[in-house]
Amino acid sequence: MLRPGLLAAALALAAPAAVAQQIAPQIVGDGIPASLTGQPGDAARGRAIVANRGIGLCLLCHSGPIAEERFQGDLSPSLAGAGSRWSEGQLRLRIVDGARLNADTIMPAYYRTSGLQRVARNFDGKTILSAAQVEDVVAYLATLKD
Amino acid sequence: MKVLRLGIGLAIVFAASWALAQGMADKGATDKRRSGTQDMGEALQKMQDDDTANPGMLFVQLGGQLWGKAAGAAGKSCADCHGGAASMKGVAARYPAIPKDADAPVDLEGRINLCRTANQQAAGFPPESRELLALAAYVAHQSRGLPIAPPDDPKLVPFRLKGQDLWKVRQGQLNLSCAICHDDNAGRKLAGVTIPEAHPTGYPIYRLEWQTLGSLKRRLRNCLAGIRAEPYAYDATEYVMLDLFLMDRARGMMLESPGVRP
Repeated sequence: MLRPGLLAAALALAAPAAVAQQIAPQIVGDGIPASLTGQPGDAARGRAIVANRGIGLCLLCHSGPIAEERFQGDLSPSLAGAGSRWSEGQLRLRIVDGARLNADTIMPAYYRTSGLQRVARNFDGKTILSAAQVEDVVAYLATLKD
Repeated sequence: MKVLRLGIGLAIVFAASWALAQGMADKGATDKRRSGTQDMGEALQKMQDDDTANPGMLFVQLGGQLWGKAAGAAGKSCADCHGGAASMKGVAARYPAIPKDADAPVDLEGRINLCRTANQQAAGFPPESRELLALAAYVAHQSRGLPIAPPDDPKLVPFRLKGQDLWKVRQGQLNLSCAICHDDNAGRKLAGVTIPEAHPTGYPIYRLEWQTLGSLKRRLRNCLAGIRAEPYAYDATEYVMLDLFLMDRARGMMLESPGVRP
């Protein structure tokens, strides 16, 4: 009985994530206070996304407290302590579209499809992360208190 | 008198060589550019430097065979027009260039294919084909150890400037430019790997990752795929324009073809 219930819950989560692509995140001050999906993210899933070089891509440029990933970047600040430096809303805007805060940032906008040039056909019109994935990453980074 | 003259002669020779050495030292001190070779481990550097271990040398050998082989309706080999390999000394160091009576530049592979179609009356080799890479490696090898010396052809300038624009423009889903990594962050670590300055000193290059020889074009396509940008078509002039810009940026650096990279 539990299994179909979980599946239904997963589908229910997946549906608003797809729809959320149409909705512009509401920026307030230097953050996006509300969850993109209306649901809190999952920190464990977020950690896996951050660690994955083909999905989150985070550790290409950043280092972070993920010891099993030996090959990390040093182009950008360490993710350690991100949850102390920023609120969830601030983290969310930095992931969604950091260029809103710093036009020269080299960090890609993870939840924006406009203003990009010559995007590869297989990625055209798609965001780097889905709304649900952004929320998972926000939830994970918020746990990095030191 | 003889001894005195010899002494003066020796002094002049010493002074001249000392000045030359100083000049080179000064140049070394002010020129901070690094070939990708310098960022590799010692084992790979040795592989590149040792002709019996450098896998690119197999392509140079194959290129040597093709050089002497008649092809096309004209039934001519490269050697029939150009003579021996020595005629190619310095050529790779100055390409891309604008062929006589043309108005757009071609890279070394493009020049080889022009010879195929116009002079040998044969079909051009496909991009990244074994034959094309082998001939390019054979020609480039004749310039190994020579400084990169792009021609001062004013007709090249607009193409080079366009190449510089392409270098600096952000593109792809990751919205990055070549310059962001290879100018602004060269020497830093991307996923633990040192970002090179991207000087085209060793093309065509043998990458262990590819398990074969590849052109600068292939390398540029890799970077475009990395930033999730649509690669330019294989015959696009964008690659030639980027090549022109990069060769000018690497002007004076030593050619190492065939290079070896991880």
